[in-house]
Amino acid sequence: MSTPSSTPLKAGTQRLIPLNHALPWIIAAVFLLILPYIFDSRSALTIMNQMAITIVFALSYNMLLGQGGMLSFGHAVYMGLGGFFSMHVLNWMSDDPWISLPFLPIFGGLFGLMFAIMIGAFSTRRAGTVFAMISLGVGELVAAMSVIIVIFFGGEEGVSGDRTELLDFFGMSFGPQRQVYYLTAVWLLIAALGMYLYSRTPIGRIANAVRDNEERAEFLGYSQRHVRWISFCASGFFAGIAGALFAINFEILTEENLNLATSGSILLVTFLGGVGFFVGPIIGAIVFTLLQTVLSLYTEIWALYLGILFVSTVMFFPFGLTGLLAIHIQPWKLGKISHLVVPYAKMFIPAVVGVLSAAAVLEILFHARHAGLGEEEMNLYGITFDSHAAMPLIIAIVLAVASFFALVKLAPGLKAAWDEATHMGGAKQ
Amino acid sequence: MSVPAIELRNLEKSFGLAKIIQGVNLKIGKGERHAIIGPNGAGKSTLFNLITGKYTPTAGQVLMHGTDVSGMKPYQINRMGLSRSFQITNIFHNMTVFENVRCGLLWSMGYKYSFWHMVNRQRDLTEKADEILEQINLSSRRNMVAGALAYAEQRALEIGITIAGGADIIMLDEPCAGMSHSETDLIVDLIRKVTEDKTLIIVEHDMGVIFDLADRISVLVYGEIIESDTPEKVRASTAVQEAYLGTTVEEA
Repeated sequence: MSTPSSTPLKAGTQRLIPLNHALPWIIAAVFLLILPYIFDSRSALTIMNQMAITIVFALSYNMLLGQGGMLSFGHAVYMGLGGFFSMHVLNWMSDDPWISLPFLPIFGGLFGLMFAIMIGAFSTRRAGTVFAMISLGVGELVAAMSVIIVIFFGGEEGVSGDRTELLDFFGMSFGPQRQVYYLTAVWLLIAALGMYLYSRTPIGRIANAVRDNEERAEFLGYSQRHVRWISFCASGFFAGIAGALFAINFEILTEENLNLATSGSILLVTFLGGVGFFVGPIIGAIVFTLLQTVLSLYTEIWALYLGILFVSTVMFFPFGLTGLLAIHIQPWKLGKISHLVVPYAKMFIPAVVGVLSAAAVLEILFHARHAGLGEEEMNLYGITFDSHAAMPLIIAIVLAVASFFALVKLAPGLKAAWDEATHMGGAKQ
Repeated sequence: MSVPAIELRNLEKSFGLAKIIQGVNLKIGKGERHAIIGPNGAGKSTLFNLITGKYTPTAGQVLMHGTDVSGMKPYQINRMGLSRSFQITNIFHNMTVFENVRCGLLWSMGYKYSFWHMVNRQRDLTEKADEILEQINLSSRRNMVAGALAYAEQRALEIGITIAGGADIIMLDEPCAGMSHSETDLIVDLIRKVTEDKTLIIVEHDMGVIFDLADRISVLVYGEIIESDTPEKVRASTAVQEAYLGTTVEEA
């Protein structure tokens, strides 16, 4: 079975790629190894590090949402606290260090775990709405405390440190960004592998069982509460590792690292990627970080596009981007993926024009509303024009509407091709 | 007489003002196949839920092998060797048939909350699960998603999950509900096969199944047991006939 099941939260017993052999991990490791030789600028390294941290964080979040069926609105708490504690450990050791930097994430993980044990003890009593509400409350509580307990959280400036002050690790001081990249990449692999293997253990499988049918699991000898608690702790541990990696990379933590906005965005990342798949959060984190960092260079309203993308994912592809890829497995296995090439190619141009022109409408409106006096000129897709004039706006709207109609007209063709491609047996006339 | 497998002492359960179970006393011996029958709304399912720990009794006790289990959680009772099936199919719809059975095995085979075993690498687990699949005739469906099974197959899987853990008391809640005659015959054979040497407590509407399977029958009417005896005597009992005449005849 390659089709995902009826609800995204309940898929996940099948994976996009058969990850149960080592090959994908070796490919991932080699890929991570050569990546900084392809993208070697400082900013590219920063983006990649950020991506890796988001991947670890999102994977840990999916241990709750995708695998345990727990919708958390406060997961940033565990990453943030793991990060703050790591930073304090770093500063505390800086005078007389006895470990080197690559071991710092262990501390982050342990502190994340410690808080997950404490908070999970009461928050995992019930799943569903109760769990979601408690996570929201705890998230708000910790975020509020971070402003009050200045001695620990550093108030508005946050807490900063110097990562180079620990012992050298085989001659690496971790001053240069590239060394930090490799540290992060190794931890990414360790954490991802750990979380993947966790999903294959008895407790990992039973977490799925409790998610799908908690009553049945209880009658098989498992306390649903204990199962959720253990998953919650494991998730907190890996979130803490992500927090420590953040501390190492950015050398500063602020209230922003544990507030509700961060908790919300990791939900967004995970859902965007697809909660029903192990690789879902990885894809989500990559896409999200790219959009956040690259798109924000080009437009001020990047968050709006991200929001639109999120809403359309939820509405049209509830299995996320990974689900979108996964539905092509069946035609691929049937050897009929070629049926889809022509309809996709036909739709490609209207789709691209549609997206660009719709974005143009938004950009022109935004520019017209916010540009200062005498700054009516705007540049979009290499064309310079007056944003207050009616013509560019009309052209953009006409193009958007026209391509929308073209897409609607082409949709039945795609549908037919899709039916054909997923139809078993011979050609259907 | 040895200690009964299940003993109910003055068991009562109320929901608000409604007294659903009114002072039930019942002893079910080890190795007995005991059927509970009664008209709709008599409290059969409530009684089931009281014994299995889903509900806490309002008064009275449930004893299992002489130990008081009233008020214990379902998972605690299950660990003591009692397993149940459900009237409405209650399986893990998104897992494969094999994984469903394996979930039923994990606790009893000692894997508990382990996060240091890889489930796929445990040969004993895989062998036992395949053995059970063979028993319930679902080997050919091994890697299918459970939700995609035919109804009768889901019912068989439900029984498979229930017996997987090797519990010595098996409780089946209407295992033949909604099945055709031929399917019912298959399921009855299956139940007989998998509950050999075990205590079986069964709720069922199909009288054919009941008289075929049960050693003893208890008749529950309005939360009270009015008769508890061998099938022949229950069939002859005037009290039972009266109870059934006044209400819908359940024989289907």
